[in-house]
Amino acid sequence: MNGPFSLPRRAPRKVTQPKVTLAHGGGGTAMRDLIEDVFLETFSGAGHAAPEDQARFDLSALAAQGDRLAFTTDAFVVDPLFFPGGDIGKLAVCGTINDLAVGGARPVALSCAVIIEEGLPLETLRAVVASMARTAAEAGVVIVTGDTKVVARGACDKLFLTTTGIGVVRTGLDVGIAKGRPGDVVLVNGLLGDHGAAILNARGDLALETPIESDCAPLHDLVATLIAAAPGIRMMRDATRGGVAAVLNELAEASGVGVRIRETDVPLRPEVNGFCEILGLDPLYLANEGKLVAVVPPEEAEAALAAVRAHLLGREAAIIGRLAAERPGRVVMETRFGGERIVDMLVGDQLPRIC
Amino acid sequence: MRFVDEFRDPALAAALIREIGTICATLGRAKDDPVTVMEVCGGHTHAIFRYGLEGLLPDLIEFVHGPGCPVCVLPMGRVDDCVAIAERPEVIFATFGDAMRVPGSRKSLLQAKADGADVRMVYSPLDALELARRNPDREVVFFGLGFETTMPSTALTVQRAARERITNFSLFCNHITIIPTLRALLEQPDFGIDGFIGPGHVSMVIGTAPYRFIAEEFRKPLVVAGFEPIDLLQSLLMILRQMAAGEARIENQYARVVPERGNPSALRAVEEVYEPRPTFEWRGLGSIERSGVRLREPYAAFDAERRFAVPDVKVADPAACRCGEVLTGAVKPWACPVFGTTCTPEMPLGALMVSSEGACAAYYQYGGLRGAA
Repeated sequence: MNGPFSLPRRAPRKVTQPKVTLAHGGGGTAMRDLIEDVFLETFSGAGHAAPEDQARFDLSALAAQGDRLAFTTDAFVVDPLFFPGGDIGKLAVCGTINDLAVGGARPVALSCAVIIEEGLPLETLRAVVASMARTAAEAGVVIVTGDTKVVARGACDKLFLTTTGIGVVRTGLDVGIAKGRPGDVVLVNGLLGDHGAAILNARGDLALETPIESDCAPLHDLVATLIAAAPGIRMMRDATRGGVAAVLNELAEASGVGVRIRETDVPLRPEVNGFCEILGLDPLYLANEGKLVAVVPPEEAEAALAAVRAHLLGREAAIIGRLAAERPGRVVMETRFGGERIVDMLVGDQLPRIC
Repeated sequence: MRFVDEFRDPALAAALIREIGTICATLGRAKDDPVTVMEVCGGHTHAIFRYGLEGLLPDLIEFVHGPGCPVCVLPMGRVDDCVAIAERPEVIFATFGDAMRVPGSRKSLLQAKADGADVRMVYSPLDALELARRNPDREVVFFGLGFETTMPSTALTVQRAARERITNFSLFCNHITIIPTLRALLEQPDFGIDGFIGPGHVSMVIGTAPYRFIAEEFRKPLVVAGFEPIDLLQSLLMILRQMAAGEARIENQYARVVPERGNPSALRAVEEVYEPRPTFEWRGLGSIERSGVRLREPYAAFDAERRFAVPDVKVADPAACRCGEVLTGAVKPWACPVFGTTCTPEMPLGALMVSSEGACAAYYQYGGLRGAA
């Protein structure tokens, strides 16, 4: 399917089979049934115009919100599709909203490309699409266009989603990974590693009974609060794959500064800490889906922290470190003994140790 | 966390470090003749770096990272054997995560997986047995590696497979034992280690008695240690106190976990399932007599080496790597010509760069290129 998610003029078509088949990707009536029943019905609450191959935006309305367009895309391949605290659909919407938000943009609209493995239960697809629609509606963004492909069994793992988003960047705001200065303060909006731990745990290989839920959440509202409190903000980055460690390393390298964090200031849920202890993992590298790293000038740090803490998604926010002129390009963590260690980029996935 | 935080108490650590400094000064050692302490176990290496302990201790203390990371000491030829088994179409090859990146002469298990081999990461040998139950038409091979720490769980899994008459499960046994290896190290000429931090997890199984020869024959102190920073500092202090008193004894700092006589039921399983191999090759250290085990005759049906023909070819380590010298404490990782250049965690040449417990990977990951200049 190409084109906007728009309501057809006649009664919507229905899919009756319990599973997606290759016919649903073949371009014929089965595909129209799938698109109309599963996607259009769910996404098109706003009642758009006749079907076209693209969504169209009024430029003057966008220009009224800011002075630059932000544009981003992300693919989602999580296993399992449903996990404590979220699912692939919620992840796909939040992930792209967050990529826009941390650039200082107000998210406007998303597109969604769906790659389905033959045999996926319709019920699963419906649940994911409903979750996307719900998350988008809660965040106040619309899903305006998309594409669907069905591939043979084994050619993908159940369901892959790609979301692309546009947003409008606030006039005058200029954040960037290379803008960190010595003395700046590093802030995170809450407990780290929940998503990574929840996913690992949900795969069920570990037989650990922990109540860890993914932190998956759209951050654009929190970002608006943060920017209002700290207008001089230097950079924001959502700490997804590679965790906070990856963001801090990119910051250190791009800004040509040293990043110094304190182990005792890094906010961690005790369960996540224990989980990492058991498996020999480092929580700094665990993925997050509702956490950002922000760098603010020192004089705005306290206001920024207070504002973020007052927000629902920032209650456990903390200042975890500072930028320094020393050891440019390096992230150094002061351990709880006052010892030091380098926090480097991770090579690949973290692999659990054998003993 | 309860029962953990007390072993990470900064005030207690500071007091221990002060005491270590005081006693160290009484030993009369010069800067070019530091007290060298070998932590045998890779878990200790990891903890030392993770908590930045080296930087807090007096310069006169030098840790030498021993051969206690089973992933690091796996010879290249054995990795090639793993890959050969894993590449058989009927095989599901199950392994612990950190063994997947160890380089063989052709490829690692991770690369074999990318090339189409069915390699699965598991968290315990019982998960591999479960894979065998769920895939009766496939051959599930578990890559058993590790010291006495992991040996009992593999033994119990093989025993269970035998009891349940599971016919599509086998073990590629690469388990190794620490005692012959320590002896081989100590018998090396010019082995200049002053004392040992003994492996906590291994000792949980074997107890402390097997280490006695280290004190009795070689006059070196050994203290079995836990894995928390306070454990390590306290163990170091215990070693230094012995040195100051001119003593050499085996002590147990990790008594909350390590019984003096070990774990009898684990030892029984080990004894029943395995027998020593005449010799086993270690990466960087060469062949060491009776340092590896294989399955005993009654369990032959579960022995992957008997079930599948493996190349079993000895492959020389890359010439530029100085893994052996790093493992024996003769050189520091940064003295190796390929450290941090052609040998990195991303593209490890030597095994010590692979696992986070490997000395080189730990220096690279946590210590940066410190000392390289």
